[in-house]
Amino acid sequence: MYPKTSLCVASVIALAAATAAHAQATTITIATVNNGDMIRMQGLTEDFTAKNPDIKLEWVTLEENVLRQRVTQDVAAKGGQFDVMTIGTYEVPIWGKQGWLVSLDDLPAEWDADDILPAIRGGLTVEGDLYAAPFYGESSMVMYRKDLMQAAGLEMPEAPTWEFIKQAAAAMTKKDKEVYGICLRGKAGWGENMAFLTAMANSFGAKWFDGEWKPQFDGEAWANTLNFYMDLMTNYGPPGASTNGFNENLSLFQQGKCGMWIDATVAASFVTNPKDSAVADRVGFALAPDNGLGKRGNWLWAWSLAIPAGSDATDAAKKFVAWATSKEYTRLVADKEGWANVPPGTRTSLYENPEYTKAASFADMTLASINTADPNRPTVDPVPYTGVQFVAIPEFAGIATQVGQEFSAALAGQQTVEQALGKAQALTADEMEAAGY
Amino acid sequence: MPRAVTTRRKTVNTLAAWAIGLLIFFPILWTILTSFKTEATAIADPPVFLFFDWTLENYAVVQERSDYMRFLWNSVIIAGGSTLLGILVAVPAAWSMAFVPSKRTKDILLWMLSTKMLPAVGVLYPIYLVFIQLGLLDTRVGLTIVLMLINLPIIVWMLYTYFREIPGEILEAARMDGATLKEEILYVLTPMAVPGIASTILLNIILAWNEAFWTLNLTAANAAPLTAFIASYSSPEGLFYAKLSAASTMAIAPILILGWFSQKQLVRGLTFGAVK
Repeated sequence: MYPKTSLCVASVIALAAATAAHAQATTITIATVNNGDMIRMQGLTEDFTAKNPDIKLEWVTLEENVLRQRVTQDVAAKGGQFDVMTIGTYEVPIWGKQGWLVSLDDLPAEWDADDILPAIRGGLTVEGDLYAAPFYGESSMVMYRKDLMQAAGLEMPEAPTWEFIKQAAAAMTKKDKEVYGICLRGKAGWGENMAFLTAMANSFGAKWFDGEWKPQFDGEAWANTLNFYMDLMTNYGPPGASTNGFNENLSLFQQGKCGMWIDATVAASFVTNPKDSAVADRVGFALAPDNGLGKRGNWLWAWSLAIPAGSDATDAAKKFVAWATSKEYTRLVADKEGWANVPPGTRTSLYENPEYTKAASFADMTLASINTADPNRPTVDPVPYTGVQFVAIPEFAGIATQVGQEFSAALAGQQTVEQALGKAQALTADEMEAAGY
Repeated sequence: MPRAVTTRRKTVNTLAAWAIGLLIFFPILWTILTSFKTEATAIADPPVFLFFDWTLENYAVVQERSDYMRFLWNSVIIAGGSTLLGILVAVPAAWSMAFVPSKRTKDILLWMLSTKMLPAVGVLYPIYLVFIQLGLLDTRVGLTIVLMLINLPIIVWMLYTYFREIPGEILEAARMDGATLKEEILYVLTPMAVPGIASTILLNIILAWNEAFWTLNLTAANAAPLTAFIASYSSPEGLFYAKLSAASTMAIAPILILGWFSQKQLVRGLTFGAVK
């Protein structure tokens, strides 16, 4: 009996002590995605908690689509489950306008807002107020196999055209050896094939809407984009490409089955990592292709930290956001894990740092890609929307996912390009009319 | 007289049973195998089956990154709690439907089942708002109640089917001997229906353990069970299949072991009343 009783008493005392210790601490819950940079940050939070002993951090890591749904639901219903959320350049302008996010204009001066890359900062600002702090930024570029390119007797220019890409894809394809000239996204989804195709369409002079918000899929520019894409993929792409997204193409490229892959700059660190990639020492980079119209087919994205308006720990959350997106954090990562592993694409100072540009062979190409994307002027003609590979209106995710399904079906051979474009035009027009545009 | 079964036929049957069993178990086996591979071997094409360098690295990474025990504990409480609560409500309900049916019993049973026909997402928003109002978001109590409610129709249906197999005369005899309603249910009905109740409990623990819609939508940090633990290893940008497999293996291991140990009970319960 006695040991049991004393155990109970001890537990109660321990519990009371623990409660007292935590009584003063503010807990902030951070919702985030599962990717390398974010996981690294979780591992380094001791630095933050040591400097801020009164703040306790709770992490909720979710898959990107689940995270998007969860945080949207929470921010719209003011559920207050999260104090810091990881969101992208698509959400920030929409949510900022709705009043769902806390303005970050009062972050401390040493955070140095002017150091943020202008293209990235522009995408996170609504009517002059900054609503999210960029954690890492990315664009898209061409990744190619230097050895295959050489064997084909070609040399990749720093800024290739789509015609060159087609020529190179044809020369590198050896279907009997399971080597395909080009791997591109085909899996339906606004963040999958439509991110790639919208960015590609910009370089062909295509646009989603004209000045009156009328969809433009019936125009020549979209037909040219999609016909060119189909031609590339059916002749020089891997089989079953209509179900390939980022991860599937990454796997193909790492196994040496793709001559070229045009996708997110973040992939550079994966394909050059000798632990996972069989072609790590043979990868070259180039800017996303163009068509001589003044726009390249690259996108712009920044995973950013924002504070929902429903949070009851705004001050603590701001401290955390400022820490995670600061220059000091970059230095912390460099000290612990090397310069090649610091979150890229957000600060000018990083690209002026010779230690970084020396350690990350893809640094220059990433910066150049980010700088050539302009969310306020994404395509050749002026458009009423912002966003490079998306249109920053709430209806876009739904519409683009449906359009993506039509394009994916065309790639799978279930319908022609004309049919897919016709359906895309009709469904977009319907949805936009229903939304009151 | 039992039918004579030739040895050959027996062998064929056994082989067929093993083949089907393996086919059904294969995805789980593949997940377990992948969890011991490196990320590069995990995506190798053609896939490697057994002959690779086995590594525990993924488990080490998962262990280091996540507080597994916290997720496990949440799963145990939510799955166990919702099942027990469900049984407490369902035993009296199933008793009344099986032994004192009314004109509308069949309709009620069907109506209860019909609630399972609505996709869960259809009521997500109302439940989310109610949870905010009641302060139940991200609490184990809230999740226990929701999982109990969504599994209740199945619990009632299963118990109802088992109870129907028990002769009403035995309960009548108990009543004649002066048993109260409580005693009748507790000391007469329940012991006779133990195999049925046990298999209902087991099946519901499995259902609640694997439930991945409500558990992902109504939790954040505090009440997140193992489904959220698995979801945190899924990545759209980056190939982490081996780590994801390690996380999945850790999440299914407890329920798999429970299933193995209680296999006999489960089979007995599921076939209970099949032969009179």
